[in-house]
Amino acid sequence: MTISREDIEKVAVLARIRVDDEQISALENDLGNILDLVDQLSAADTENVEPMAHPLDAVQRLRPDEVTETNQREAFQAIAPATENGLYLVPRVIE
Amino acid sequence: MHNKSVAELSRELESGKISSVELTQQFLDRVKQEDTRYNSFITVTEEQALADAKAADEQRAAGNATPWTGVPLAHKDIFCTNGVRTTCGSKMLENFVPPYDATVTANFRRAGAVCLGKTNMDEFAMGSSNEASHFGPVTNPWGLSKGEKRVPGGSSGGSAAAVAARLVPAATATDTGGSIRQPAALCGVTGLKPTYGRVSRYGMIAFASSLDQGGTIARTAEDNALMLNVMAGFDPKDSTSVDRAVPDYTATLNEPLKGLRIGLPKEYFSDQLSPAMEEQVRAAVREYEKLGATVKDVSLPNAKLAIAAYYVIAPAEASANLSRFDGVRYGYRCEDPKDLMDLYTRTRAEGFGTEVKRRILVGTYALSAGYFDAYYLKAQKVRRLIQQDFINAFKDVDVLMSPTTPSPAFALGEKTNDPVTMYLEDIFTIAINLAGVPAMSVPAGFVDGLPVGLQIIGDYFSEARLLNAAHQFQQVTDWHQREPQ
Repeated sequence: MTISREDIEKVAVLARIRVDDEQISALENDLGNILDLVDQLSAADTENVEPMAHPLDAVQRLRPDEVTETNQREAFQAIAPATENGLYLVPRVIE
Repeated sequence: MHNKSVAELSRELESGKISSVELTQQFLDRVKQEDTRYNSFITVTEEQALADAKAADEQRAAGNATPWTGVPLAHKDIFCTNGVRTTCGSKMLENFVPPYDATVTANFRRAGAVCLGKTNMDEFAMGSSNEASHFGPVTNPWGLSKGEKRVPGGSSGGSAAAVAARLVPAATATDTGGSIRQPAALCGVTGLKPTYGRVSRYGMIAFASSLDQGGTIARTAEDNALMLNVMAGFDPKDSTSVDRAVPDYTATLNEPLKGLRIGLPKEYFSDQLSPAMEEQVRAAVREYEKLGATVKDVSLPNAKLAIAAYYVIAPAEASANLSRFDGVRYGYRCEDPKDLMDLYTRTRAEGFGTEVKRRILVGTYALSAGYFDAYYLKAQKVRRLIQQDFINAFKDVDVLMSPTTPSPAFALGEKTNDPVTMYLEDIFTIAINLAGVPAMSVPAGFVDGLPVGLQIIGDYFSEARLLNAAHQFQQVTDWHQREPQ
């Protein structure tokens, strides 16, 4: 299976990973080989087979809607790249 | 003292022949002297370890000891440790110091174990050779005396190499597609991947959530049982954790194996296996027959599709899990981003290594519009077929046995340029993760002076039976006692 340069550029945007021009040809080759490998799946007869999302077919566990954790905002913000007045800082979004 | 097992060290501490402070210092000295050869540790926590050892000695003196009180171990650097750097082998988390403990590390802390530090690993647990760590590759202790630099296997290669080199008696590990069993096999130690959900994933940095499972690496099956006694159990903080009673895994180690029914999956004794490897594995199975087991051939007809299904499901889940690394709340951030998109895309391009980026891109592609049904949904259906194979097999046998890996440890750098060839290193282990059943790797011989692992696969929650089978094998063989020079 071939994966085009345009496909890689599009997926890189979706994945929020900058990909340089020189990396794209290596990725075309590697991703093409990986997709060749996974194309083996198409040979399997999966008619009427239920997809398996969890090995134990578990369902989402519910709990009472109560606060169980203490507030650790300061501890979490202490390890952030940039904060101010209890907020996380990012580059300006709105001019 | 460094050659003793966890069980033996626990007895030495109990008898008062040595204190935890003395023992911890001995292991720390070994790490300092020897690990320049292996690079098996990312972080060594000397000060904390000695303080914890002192506290453990006081706990023992007060008569409040558990089997782990004062016994040293190391944690794979994927488990968050409160106040101790946790990198997951990545530049992205190079300076990340979590403000909380993973449930697994908290459990060992509570049991009184002394953590010597954090072991090296493939970045975000993506790899089969431990060459994809931001902190450099780990070198397998085996082969070094002949001047050969070989991989320890991945992604728990640091844990396996540290145990094999006697730098620590036991280490935690995780297994998404074989990352406990494969390095255990290549380093000649014993490793257990429990049933999915048996060990809490809380605080274990996620790669592929429906496959990741924390487990154990030590030299003996008995030590793996001692570890699992601490690690296993329900955790309300992990929605995938199973609420089911935990047995004492050491209680059944000595049960006789007479009548144990062993199945040999014919797909795992195929052309991919060298005759020398196959002979070692079949010799191990003959030992089991001498212990009273019976053997029959079984089939896992969909096993051949396991790698293909895995390399859709695991990257798809990885692409979602690793979206949290965006340079905003913690971890690496690029210099002087010009806008928000630049912050995201450059942070992730600079913070992630090649293999991680490759898998995120594959996963994003598989989940993108127009491809979801053909890749992700199809893979999840194939996964059901693979699971059904195991369910059918366990109607007739108690355990399955196979080689853990297709070959012994290969040379550093030998497969780094060909990801697909590297992926095939996990050909005998991946289906087990897709099904969610437990499996072990047990040392079972040597080929060209390098260790060979026997994989023992069990039905859901049959860890006690696996540990019993491995322990009995280790009573009549000494492969697990061999030490790399």
